Amino acid sequence: MKSRPITDPNLEKVIEIKGLTKSFGNFHVLRGVDLNLYRGENLVVLGKSGTGKSVLIKIIIGLLKPDNGLVRVLGNTVDEISYKELLALRLDVGFSFQNSALYDSMTVRENLEFPLVRNRKGITKAEVNHAVESTLDAVGLLQAINQMPSELSGGQRKRIGIARTLILQPKIMLYDEPTAGLDPITCLEINSLINEVQERYKTSSIIITHDLTCARAVGNRVAMLLDGKFERQGSFDEVFDTNDERVKPFYDYNFIK
Amino acid sequence: MDNTETPVVPEQADKKPGLISRMFITLAEVYSFIARFFKEAFLPPFEGKELLRQCYEIGYRSALLISTTGFITGVVFTKQSRPSLAEFGATSWLPSLVGIALLRTLAPLLTGLIAAGKVGSSIGAELGSMRVTEQIDAMEVSATNPFKFLVATRVLAATITIPILSFYTGMIGMLGALLNVAMFEETSAKLFFQASLDQITFLDITASTVKAIVFGFTIGIVGCYQGYNSSKGTEGVGKAANSAVVISMFLIFIEEVISVQFFGLFRS
Repeated sequence: MKSRPITDPNLEKVIEIKGLTKSFGNFHVLRGVDLNLYRGENLVVLGKSGTGKSVLIKIIIGLLKPDNGLVRVLGNTVDEISYKELLALRLDVGFSFQNSALYDSMTVRENLEFPLVRNRKGITKAEVNHAVESTLDAVGLLQAINQMPSELSGGQRKRIGIARTLILQPKIMLYDEPTAGLDPITCLEINSLINEVQERYKTSSIIITHDLTCARAVGNRVAMLLDGKFERQGSFDEVFDTNDERVKPFYDYNFIK
Repeated sequence: MDNTETPVVPEQADKKPGLISRMFITLAEVYSFIARFFKEAFLPPFEGKELLRQCYEIGYRSALLISTTGFITGVVFTKQSRPSLAEFGATSWLPSLVGIALLRTLAPLLTGLIAAGKVGSSIGAELGSMRVTEQIDAMEVSATNPFKFLVATRVLAATITIPILSFYTGMIGMLGALLNVAMFEETSAKLFFQASLDQITFLDITASTVKAIVFGFTIGIVGCYQGYNSSKGTEGVGKAANSAVVISMFLIFIEEVISVQFFGLFRS
């Protein structure tokens, strides 16, 4: 279990969400979400598949537009800023995709260079090489630098995906199902990596998952998405100290086999 | 523990748009896509390196297929035209006929159709695959404008390279025609080219180039639109590639008819 305490609510809010709603046709996914992410904390968002967890972080990064509500990231209201401002904001927000989304026509090195050379004007080749190599080293995959994504395992692809976001040194990290489809040992490695990222890069993170082992290992705080709203937020134990039939099966499936 | 209570969104009966509405929605989307292309393609920062790479991919890599097709067309067209001209004792007009047919119409049209199949499907499938595997979203979130990097460069590259390929096809077609003429008649290469190019006017070259530019733009924009907006997994990728080819070819034929009418006004 993660030993670090729950963050002080007086800390700065890096993400502030109020009354967020999002529907797809008749399917109302988010029905009035309120959520804050405080500086330096790892917030785990739990919920059944299809409850809108990924939709939530895609709205935060501006990939989807909310129907209603306020989404403020590092002081910017995401759906009110211009596209240029949104691109600038995205430099401070890293997004790790569920399926890694590595550029499959590029090598690992090129995948990491791509965001860097486009967003750091005047950067020298030596600086690019140093940034790529040190970031790959941080995720333990320096040896894969010249490989193609198709030559990597699922766990390695996740690590490279995380490295590609870390290379821009974001203030906030959004992880979409970081342990989905991985074996237990690789899951533990990814959990360690998420904690290392928090320590080393001083990031604030939202981790979307339905893996409670991951939630307990990486989360300072847990928020559970139930029926389109965060009805339960708090420490891991607080959230699962309930007889709510929508929550209990989550715990039972993960820890009582 | 935080417990948040906010009102639930009332259920709404969302209606699906009808066929006519969908058609207008699609037209508006295409218009917006084209408008965005002009905005992104001609405003800095420019993706020069990627544009050159795309010119190489679209132009150089299509050259062999287009050469072969152009050459065969030149040979076959000349061979099939000879008997009809011979009936009127007008085989000496063969080089002029071939020159006019190839350079005015066949070269841009053939290049457009071949490129629609090869380049259009490739762009549609590549961008479609990038869309469904979230690679385009990954570019977005890493503060790169994927429209500028992926769409603007491909459309520009197709618009630049198709006219060059069209001119090249015309020349290769003429070589094919020359081969056939040399086999059956005692006409020198110099005389053949003199006779065929004598009939070609500045208007013919202009019309042919404008058509090829329009075809290139069409192939690029249709392929990119279909790929960039594809969905529904691998099925969507297949549909994007297929639609890119079918729609491009259809539009190329329509554009050919319109351009023949338009440039005909200047000939009379």
